[in-house]
Amino acid sequence: MGETKAGYPLPAGRLEEALKDKKPLYTRGEALTEANRCIYCVDAPCVKACPTGIDIPTFIHKIATDNVRGAARTIFEDNLLGYSCARVCPVEVLCVGDCVYNGWGREPIQIGRLQRYATETALARDPALLSRTRKPKSGRRVALVGAGPASLAAAGHLALDGHHAVIFERKSIPGGLNALGIAPYKLQADDALDEIAFIEALGDVEIRTGTSVVAGEPKAGEVGVGSLLADYDAVFLGLGLGADNFLGVPGEDGPGVYGATALIERIKVDPSLSLAGLSRVAIVGGGNTAIDVARELALLGVPDVFMVYRKGAAAMPGYAHEMDGARREGVRLVEHRQPTEVVRDGERVVGLRVARTNGEGDEVLTCDAVVLAIGQARLTALAAAFEGVKLDERGRVLVDDDCRTGNPKVFAGGDCVNGGKEVVNAAQHGKLAARAMGRMFGRG
Amino acid sequence: MANLEIDFCGVKSPNPFWLASAPPTNTGDQVKRAFDAGWGGAVWKTLGNPIVNVSSRFGGVDYGSTKLMGLNNIELITDRPLSVNLAEMLDVKKQYPKHTLIASLMVDTRDEWHEIIQKVEDVGSDLIELNFGCPHGMCERGMGSAVGAEPEVLKTIVGWVMEKATIPVIVKLTPNIGDITEPAEAALEAGAHAVSLINTIKSIVGVDLDRMVPLPSVGNASSNGGYCGPAVKPIALHLLGQVAKVFPRPISGIGGISNWRDAAEFIALGSTSVQVCTAVMHYGYRIVEDMIEGLSDFLDDRGMSSVHELIGKATPQYQEWGELDLNHHVVASIDPDKCIGCQLCFVACMDGSHQCIHIPGMDDEAKRRAGHTVLPTSIPDRVVKTSAGAPGARVPWVHEDECVGCNLCQLVCPVEGCITMVEQRKGPEVETWNDRVARGDDLPPGGLDATLRARGKL
Repeated sequence: MGETKAGYPLPAGRLEEALKDKKPLYTRGEALTEANRCIYCVDAPCVKACPTGIDIPTFIHKIATDNVRGAARTIFEDNLLGYSCARVCPVEVLCVGDCVYNGWGREPIQIGRLQRYATETALARDPALLSRTRKPKSGRRVALVGAGPASLAAAGHLALDGHHAVIFERKSIPGGLNALGIAPYKLQADDALDEIAFIEALGDVEIRTGTSVVAGEPKAGEVGVGSLLADYDAVFLGLGLGADNFLGVPGEDGPGVYGATALIERIKVDPSLSLAGLSRVAIVGGGNTAIDVARELALLGVPDVFMVYRKGAAAMPGYAHEMDGARREGVRLVEHRQPTEVVRDGERVVGLRVARTNGEGDEVLTCDAVVLAIGQARLTALAAAFEGVKLDERGRVLVDDDCRTGNPKVFAGGDCVNGGKEVVNAAQHGKLAARAMGRMFGRG
Repeated sequence: MANLEIDFCGVKSPNPFWLASAPPTNTGDQVKRAFDAGWGGAVWKTLGNPIVNVSSRFGGVDYGSTKLMGLNNIELITDRPLSVNLAEMLDVKKQYPKHTLIASLMVDTRDEWHEIIQKVEDVGSDLIELNFGCPHGMCERGMGSAVGAEPEVLKTIVGWVMEKATIPVIVKLTPNIGDITEPAEAALEAGAHAVSLINTIKSIVGVDLDRMVPLPSVGNASSNGGYCGPAVKPIALHLLGQVAKVFPRPISGIGGISNWRDAAEFIALGSTSVQVCTAVMHYGYRIVEDMIEGLSDFLDDRGMSSVHELIGKATPQYQEWGELDLNHHVVASIDPDKCIGCQLCFVACMDGSHQCIHIPGMDDEAKRRAGHTVLPTSIPDRVVKTSAGAPGARVPWVHEDECVGCNLCQLVCPVEGCITMVEQRKGPEVETWNDRVARGDDLPPGGLDATLRARGKL
């Protein structure tokens, strides 16, 4: 990817490094062939299916004419995270899923792979493609809380508009789920960090890692909500979600039971994690996080990975195409089971007791680890600490069409607003908020 | 099964599919393999005094993902000694007595012509083709298209050939000329038995923008070459149509022929045999199987028992513009059951034609913004319902009163059979522009004052 600033060194020996990219970068020939299949629809359905509204037929047409930098400009205009979205978007249910070729007996256009080709190739050739277009400094400063996709997209748009973006990130590695949560066969942490370097190079973007924003009185290494409101012209809340939820059943506290996002984060960036000795792992949940962690463990060599879901396969919130992939990789699905206890032999996990949801008794599924993928906590206290910010009954931050909260200088986006969706939804929120801030600052 | 055998100037050929004089007919081994594959005849790579070639020699034109829509070359005539070629020709003819062997020739002086004609007749050639068309390298030495472009020179040289030749003579015509009927008529007057057309078109296939060198490049420079392949077929068909009207003897059609349908079209416009080069350079001799099978089936379907029944069937229908019926009128019709909602017809009509295709659901303001100047009172609101349809897309609607019947929407529509052109005559009688000129009714309103004054109407 593009220009790099300081960079965020990752340790070697991370488990994710063993996982191969399932959709590698197209060669020029592959990209031209695929781009030339696109019929260049007008008012195209793929565009309508894209949460950021990228002008897909236009960027594909530009790839076909070998105008790769133009293609990248078209993508970035609507989505500054177009590179990671190209790799992590569930295109099967978004742009590609709505391609007119579906149902016409033709393979839909591989829009995600073309988007990756355009963004990756263009920035390799011309790292300053966008940064040289940034506007003069405005003197405005925006604080962004959390360095996930929503804040990164907002910061990038703000920087191109000439504003100073300061991102506060409590972890030592920025990127939120893009760096720490994406399935490694789609995007690895180093690629996500390269994209962050690209965002930083767009202009005045400062990322303060290891810095928590807190509701109460700040201690060392912390920043208070009050000072953000006082010291910055606007604030963007890109809080994401909190810790993994637990079941509240006997035996779940202790070694061998993992929160799914915490485990994925360790697979991606913690070289001390070892899966040696694990032979059977139960994944509790039926969403995309559950499927992701199941696939990752299966691909990393755990011999038996099974998902335990309280309803039937058809009711799973996870994408069918992802579940198909999991099955191909050997993941089993145990349907209609509700966990009631983590069974231990001393410290060691030996099974998961599950009740049949039709009421026909229970059983113990043998396993030596349990991963819980049943949702994440909301960071309601921090959001509510910003004066005027309102939450809905499910703890989501309420915003208007510009991603503005009840406080006119506080904006919010991403998972803390939508309860947990895709990177592309977060990117759209960041863009909308940045544009609204730009108007507030008398630009755009 | 139809009889594919043809009679070309008294020479029987097993089928009308001949290989043009080009790299595929460079050697005896190649021609034997071609005959084994099914080719009915081969025009040997042009013989003359051997030349020296450059490297590289070919340049390709791709369109989208389609390779070699066009091919250009700067290769010259054979670079092999005449004796080698002649020995191989003799061998081929002995082994394939029923196949048609055509000697393509290009030399300079009268003595040279007489000598080479004797030699190729001695090895059993069935026909001679005079290469008056090559547009690169040789023409700068006063041969090839330098001859074909000068009817008087052509007539002189054909005269020399006719003094000597005892087998039929074909004159190969160049398209690099203002009016191709002039050399065709010159060839006829000089006694040629047949013509073949077209030779390649003068061309530069591209420019290497990194090195600023035209393509194909020879080191740091290039030269104009001869263009051929599917891209030139429309040009070849036009010139064939013109020549067929003035040349009453057999014609061998050349230019982008790649399959049986192309061949049938050339024959329908007046060719007796067809010559193929680029498609074989791209895919090999094997393509002739499809050509034989397809043409045979086509003739059977049409109730024709021989290729000769097809020759020239479309020639009378090629007319000058002034003879076309102005009352013939078609309008586009979009099948709502097939439309996928890509709206390519809409954008093509709006920006590239006459703004008569509407997308339902636009208010008048949006229609004007889109570029409509004539707003119909009602537009049927039909949702695209094909399984391939874009969600929520509407079926475009053709404002028939405004449709000029240009075909553009049908040409851009990706779905076969979705848009058809339906005849809606403007009047029962046939009226041509020439009729109007004869009546003096050839000045539609809105013209120039000077024209009106000259006509005494102002």
